[in-house]
This record gives sequence, structure tokens and C-alpha cells, in this order.
Amino acid sequence: MPSNPLPVLAVHELRKVYGETVAVDGISFDVKQNEIVGLLGPNGAGKTTTINMILGVLSSSTGSITINGIDLAKQRSKAMERTNFAAVYAPLPGNLTVAQNLRVFGLLYGVQHLSKKIEELLNAFDLLHFRNTKCGVLSSGEQTRAGLAKALLNDPSLLLLDEPTASLDPSAAQQTREMICQYAKASSVGVLWTSHNMNEVTDVCDRVFFLSKGTILLEGDPKSLPSLHGKSNLEELFITVAREPLTLEKD
Amino acid sequence: MHFGRIYAVILRILYLMRGSVTRLVSPIVWPTLDIVLWGFISKYMGTIASPGFNFATAFLGAALLWEFFSRAAYGATMAFFEDVWSRNFLNLFASPITIVEYLTGLVLSGFLTAVIASAIMVMLAGAVFGLSYAAIGLLAVPCLIILYLFGIALGIIGIGIVLRWGPTAEWFIWPMPMVLAPFAAVFYPVATLPSWMQTVSSLLPASYVFESLRAVIAGRPFSWFMLAIGAAIAVLDIVLACWFFQRMYLRAVRTGLIARYSAETFS
Repeated sequence: MPSNPLPVLAVHELRKVYGETVAVDGISFDVKQNEIVGLLGPNGAGKTTTINMILGVLSSSTGSITINGIDLAKQRSKAMERTNFAAVYAPLPGNLTVAQNLRVFGLLYGVQHLSKKIEELLNAFDLLHFRNTKCGVLSSGEQTRAGLAKALLNDPSLLLLDEPTASLDPSAAQQTREMICQYAKASSVGVLWTSHNMNEVTDVCDRVFFLSKGTILLEGDPKSLPSLHGKSNLEELFITVAREPLTLEKD
Repeated sequence: MHFGRIYAVILRILYLMRGSVTRLVSPIVWPTLDIVLWGFISKYMGTIASPGFNFATAFLGAALLWEFFSRAAYGATMAFFEDVWSRNFLNLFASPITIVEYLTGLVLSGFLTAVIASAIMVMLAGAVFGLSYAAIGLLAVPCLIILYLFGIALGIIGIGIVLRWGPTAEWFIWPMPMVLAPFAAVFYPVATLPSWMQTVSSLLPASYVFESLRAVIAGRPFSWFMLAIGAAIAVLDIVLACWFFQRMYLRAVRTGLIARYSAETFS
């Protein structure tokens, strides 16, 4: 059991409406310390909308988000000090070098002993050779590693990873997964992970939520959840969620 | 207010300026060309006009101050555009930086570029065209402050427009100082303008600055009260610009536009 009873992330009755369209419909979940939680669902299910609301770049229509017990709506800046993220669609600015980007973001996150931290992360993510290389000319795998280095700059309590291995080859993806898992075990971070790679999710996640049409359809252990719904693996379950969500609602 | 975060915004601009010679074109080359152009115009006017009137101070001094105003406005918007062009909104606004800290960083970046550009222009205008500041004296200080505040207000409004209407709206931003120039009466008295333009002119802090400068150069009585009105309008413009930007930002957060600025790259 974690020493801190508070979840690092608590989402309560979160709802986002655009005009007549309900993107996220009153979802509630939490992420605890040392826990990796998968947020799964087909395209348009509301995953990225949920992540954007947790990052404070999209306001919710109703509901609340607390990070380390801090209400995001009231103290966004303080909540973000211990939060970070990496997403394939948000690479670091390509016109700065890896080291420059890490310094700028280190200052934004108020990182203490920044130079030392940058060296540690460059080393950990095998980026020492690219220290003075502009991020825009890195390969997609190297850009992903640079983004992950930025995501760990502030030793976050809550780490949001939106398809963190999407652009990596299988070997690099496995190394990255191992790295994140080791980090999650060694620190008190809670991780919210989205991915369309169900094998990856089964390997790394302690719990998963299946989102469909803005609501949480299923929740549970990714290893046992498929068999509970008569499926052989998580991918089969995912396909059912995407194509026939009503059959699962009846379960 | 966290000064480390403000420094981060400025440091990013310093890194970019250091890393790319082309970024020095805007704050150095264009103002230099402006001074050269107005320097020769002033020199020529001096040869055909009656002696006694100092064209170098009147025209070149006015061009220099207008360029300072433009650089203050462009400096803030350029710093913002760097984040637009590099699709950095999601990374930036998902960090702990507050909107006040971000705006402060942009404004100080604008100040930096305005000072660099002005220093070069002042040296060039003095060395090549013999521009003397003795006629203006300490009046230059409040004039520069008013023009800087007005430039920053214009820059913040430009940022709000791009935040609201997207990156393509940048083409509304670049001509803004040029659109205002005829109303600001940079090179001629406000009285020269038709009455409707004079009404617009009375709403621009810059027109009070240039009217005051012309009065001093021509040896006419100069009114601190008029300059104070210009300062008050400039402060009001800053307040209104911040209010406008705050509304645009909150709208962008409500509609998800900030997140989409990044996501659009891959959609």
C-alpha cells in the first residue's frame, strides 16, 4: 500500500460538451502512486479530450480534477508543477537543441539543480550525442526519447503518456516501456497511459479503463478483463468495445 | 509570479536569436534600411527647404521613434509566433506557467528586440546623418515610455487575434503599425488630417508624442498635459489589450483550441 492515501489523480464526474456534442460524459476514475493505468478506447472515444482536461489546456464543462489533492480548476499552476506529459503529437520545438529545450522546460517547471538533472536525463535516454542537435532533425524515435526526458524533468507525481511508443521500432519501444516501468516502480509516480498497442498495455498497465463515446465502459486488470467478457485477449476486447459496445454494456 | 518561468520565455528567444542569423534581420536590417531611407530624404529636404528647420531631427527622429514603437509591437508578437510556428502550445500551456508570466516574458522579449533595434538606429542616425538629440533632450524618455506601452498593447492585441483566429491571422498583424502610421501623424501635424482622421488620431497615444516632439523641435510651447493624456491612453490600451487577450485565452481553453494548435500538425 502506498504511504500516501491520496491518489495522485482523482477525476470526478468529468464532462465536456461542445455545443450539442458530448465528448466526455461524466467519467470518474483515479490513479494511485506507483500505478500505471491504461486509458483505452477507439478513436473519438474521448481519451485525448480527457488528457487535455487533466493537463489544464481544456476546461471541463462540469466535474472536477484533483492532482495530489490540488484542485486543478483553482490552482492550475501548482497542480502542473508535479505533472508532466509526453505525446507523439506534441514534440519538443524543433528549432532548439535537445539541451536548450530541456533547460527551457526545466525553468518552466522550476526544476532544482537543473544542469545536473539535464545530464542525468540525457544519459538515461541515450541522448548525450544529441545534446547540441536541434530536435527538428532528430529521428522520430530520438524525438520521442527527448520528449520523455522532458516529461521526467520535474520528477512528476503524475505522468501522462499519450501513445509514448507509437513512433518507435519494436526494440526501442520495449526499451522505452522498460524504462518507464522502472521509473514508475522506483519513484512515487502515477502514470496514465494511452495506447492502441494492446500487447503493450497488457504488459505495462496495472489497471485499464475502456472509454467509449465519452463514458467508461469497462474497468479492470488488463490480464483478467478479457476473459471476464469472454474474450481471449485485450485486443479482441478492444475491437468489441469499438464495434459493439452495447453487447458489453449488457454484461 | 515566478521569475524563472518568465526567464524561460526570454531564454527561448535568446537561444533562437543566437542560433539563427535570419532572426536578426527583423530587429536589425529593416530598421537600418528605414534609417538610411529617411536619412537621405531628410538630407534632401534640408537642401531644398528654407534654413532654420532641422529636418534630420524632425523626420529622422520621428522615423526612429516610430521604428521603436513598431519593434516593441513586433518583438512581443514574434516571440509568440515562435511558439505558434514550432507547435509548442501544448507543451507550453501544459506547464505550470501562468498566462501573466507568459505575457510578461513576451513583453520583455519585445523590449529586448526594441532596444537592440533602437541602439543600432540611434548610432547609425547620429554617425551617418548627424541626428542630434539635443533639441529633444529628456523629453525623449516619456516619449519612449509612451510609445513602448502603446507598442506592447498593440503586440498583445495581435497575440490575442492569432490565438482566436489561428496562425493564418498573422497577416493581419504585420501591417498594423503601418495602418496606424497615417493616423498617428508621425511625419506631419494632426491638423493636416481631415476631421474624421483627427478623431481617430486623438485615440492614439503616439499622436500626442509626435505632436509634442514637433512642438519642441519648432520651438513652440510644449504641453506636458497633452503628453500626460497620451500616457493615460497608452496605459488604458495596455489594460484593454490584456483584457482582450485574457478573453481570447479563456475561449481557447474552453474550445480546446490550444490543444489543437499542436494536434493540427498531425491530423
